[in-house]
Amino acid sequence: MGSNGQIIRKKDLNFWDRLYIPEILKGLVLTFRQMFKPEITVQFPEERFTPPAQFRGRPVLVEENGVERCVACGLCSRVCPALAIEVQASETELAKERFPIKFEINMVRCIFCGFCEEVCPEEAIIMSNEYLLVFNNQQEAVFGKDKLLKSAAEMHDRLEFLRQHR
Amino acid sequence: MAKLTIDERVLDVDPQLTVIQAAAANGIEIPHFCWHPKLSVAGNCRMCLVEVEKMPKLAIACATQVAEGMVVRTKSDRVIKARNAVMEFLLINHPLDCPICDEAGECKLQDYAYKYSIGYSRFDEDKVHKPKRVELGPRVLLDVERCIMCSRCVRFADEVARQPVLTFTQRGTHVVLTTFPETQLDNRYSMNVVEICPVGALTSRDFRFKSRVWEMSSTDTICAGCSRGCNMNMWVRNNEILRLTPRHNEDVNSYWMCDDGRLKTFPWVNSPRRLSGPLVRKDGQLLETGWDEAIAKAATDLRLFRKGEVAAIGSPFATNEDNYAFQKVMRENLGVKFLDFVEHIVDGDEDDLLIRADKTPNARGARAVGVRPASPSEGLPAILKGISGGSIKALYVLEDNIASDPKIREVLTNLDLLIVHAHERNETTEMADVVFSASTYAEKHGTFVNFQGRVQRIRAAIATLEQDRALDGFAMSRWDKFASQNDKWGKGPRRDARPSWRIVTALGAALGAKAKFQTSEDVFREITERVPEFKGLTFMSVGIRGHMLAARQAAAKPVSVT
Ligand code: SF4
Ligand code: SF4
Ligand code: SF4
Ligand code: SF4
Repeated sequence: MGSNGQIIRKKDLNFWDRLYIPEILKGLVLTFRQMFKPEITVQFPEERFTPPAQFRGRPVLVEENGVERCVACGLCSRVCPALAIEVQASETELAKERFPIKFEINMVRCIFCGFCEEVCPEEAIIMSNEYLLVFNNQQEAVFGKDKLLKSAAEMHDRLEFLRQHR
Repeated sequence: MAKLTIDERVLDVDPQLTVIQAAAANGIEIPHFCWHPKLSVAGNCRMCLVEVEKMPKLAIACATQVAEGMVVRTKSDRVIKARNAVMEFLLINHPLDCPICDEAGECKLQDYAYKYSIGYSRFDEDKVHKPKRVELGPRVLLDVERCIMCSRCVRFADEVARQPVLTFTQRGTHVVLTTFPETQLDNRYSMNVVEICPVGALTSRDFRFKSRVWEMSSTDTICAGCSRGCNMNMWVRNNEILRLTPRHNEDVNSYWMCDDGRLKTFPWVNSPRRLSGPLVRKDGQLLETGWDEAIAKAATDLRLFRKGEVAAIGSPFATNEDNYAFQKVMRENLGVKFLDFVEHIVDGDEDDLLIRADKTPNARGARAVGVRPASPSEGLPAILKGISGGSIKALYVLEDNIASDPKIREVLTNLDLLIVHAHERNETTEMADVVFSASTYAEKHGTFVNFQGRVQRIRAAIATLEQDRALDGFAMSRWDKFASQNDKWGKGPRRDARPSWRIVTALGAALGAKAKFQTSEDVFREITERVPEFKGLTFMSVGIRGHMLAARQAAAKPVSVT
């Protein structure tokens, strides 16, 4: 504001700008050109989008030969900036010695950062391509092993992506 | 004294010391695995190599005695290079087990790998494999792969526990720690090897996989297992005690603790059988009730008896504060003369290291603060006799399951009124008319006096219903700090219990006393004013190391509080 109350423009418009017509035409041309390009809009929720392997959807636990890879080291739980993960270890006769008797991720806390996947020494927790998460209450948002376990075959794409890019 | 220079710092030290001792005493860290202040020098890990001027080769600081004018360097290039090499050798066969190893987070090898190692491995052959789940004894598990052959455990078993059952077999990279045939590591101090093992080779079978160490809070407190009163750390997660570990105090327990103290003094605190809230007997049944009603009921019932008809039994398990407030209310407000406590001495169950025959943490304190009869005719035998004979009709018992002794139980059946402070339902509460749920030693602040006459502080590590970890200054784990009310992990069980000193103070108020104790520290302050042996002490001066009682004044008479 100037001292007399007038607005001072930083950059005054030139003659052509002030005509407006050329600018409007430019915009119309751009819109017109798009009409001949392939359509990318997805009619969500009728249509569903399947994200590529690099997408960070909800974290899941990889199951192999009927058991989770996880050794319940608690590193994901420690690194999680949102304190979303709770792990309770227990002993197993298998060579890995320990397994998570309880593994819970509070999906209301999770921020999909992928740190858990990055820190895991066993590639046991990885990000999936699932992004549709709807809860009716807080308890529902706490995912236990029943909801977290996914077979390695099912998670093939992400595991392959991690193998190549890590 | 000898003049010693370590890293340009000139020190004046006792020439009897070794370089590592002199450095430790002056706060200079020389990394080491096999050296331990309380064990003989083995000098086998080579981690403490330092450069000593005028010595051609590097010397191990743990076995080099200080000499006048000695100049030591702990950070020179030669030393760092040697240390890196030692670390590299140690890590060659060490498994990448940290994720499944209970030691992770408090492991010397892990810490030194960060501080003193080059940060990567040049070794790409196969590691040597060895047995991984060996039961060394009933309480200790061995993972041979993780062992770095420092021999600390061997020396501990030989020199401290005096049960020389551990040894090495094989040579070179194939060395295996083992017990001699037909023996196992089962002495009463066996679990100390878990702490002194610098790696995760020796782990506690009880604590195995219960929690990562960084998930727990740790509180400086005192073991309640016997009258030694070993200093210890109480490790808590989700309001549950998960393990106890010794805390160094040279005057009491050095670096050690006995296995019973470690394993038997906490499960009952976590127990689902704990009382939550006071109970009052109605129509023969013990029913849960509120604190105010229970206190009012106890006060009304006690008033029904004449002075000589009421007796009181304090507790060597309770704190000085509990016992002091208890005897004060009993004497001042009820005119009780029959006042004593029951000793719990297991004859012969003691040794010259730590374990004491008196299985209570506070017998000396209870006596000192006034839970003792003015004359023998008012002591425990007289109380029991009075109850049997019918002259004593009401009894008030503080935190002690006295009816677990069948003889006493028999006697108690003659009572008209029995009021009890207890932690869980037991033989005594089953006979009681009013039961107050008392906080355990893990849930309150206060002091014990051990057999030496040392006043030591216990601190609350477990929150009761009325306490708040943050507001009441508890040690907090990360989970405690950040739990919101929606998080399940902040919600370990909490009991509706109160420290005994508070319960009896409230009872005193109901009986007409001017209640003035707000905190256990208030009670302690009054103890220091009234009991000469405690004179001049404060919670602060007792601190984390404890403080000896003043020498007993001539003819200590019971603290008659008037
Ligand atoms: S993605 Fe991030 S926020 Fe979510 S659980 Fe993993 S570490 Fe925690
Ligand atoms: S970091 Fe991996 S192995 Fe460790 S607890 Fe988490 S998922 Fe399990
Ligand atoms: S088991 Fe532990 S204390 Fe014993 S020799 Fe091996 S590393 Fe040392
Ligand atoms: S010696 Fe006594 S005080 Fe020490 S740990 Fe054992 S029981 Fe506890």
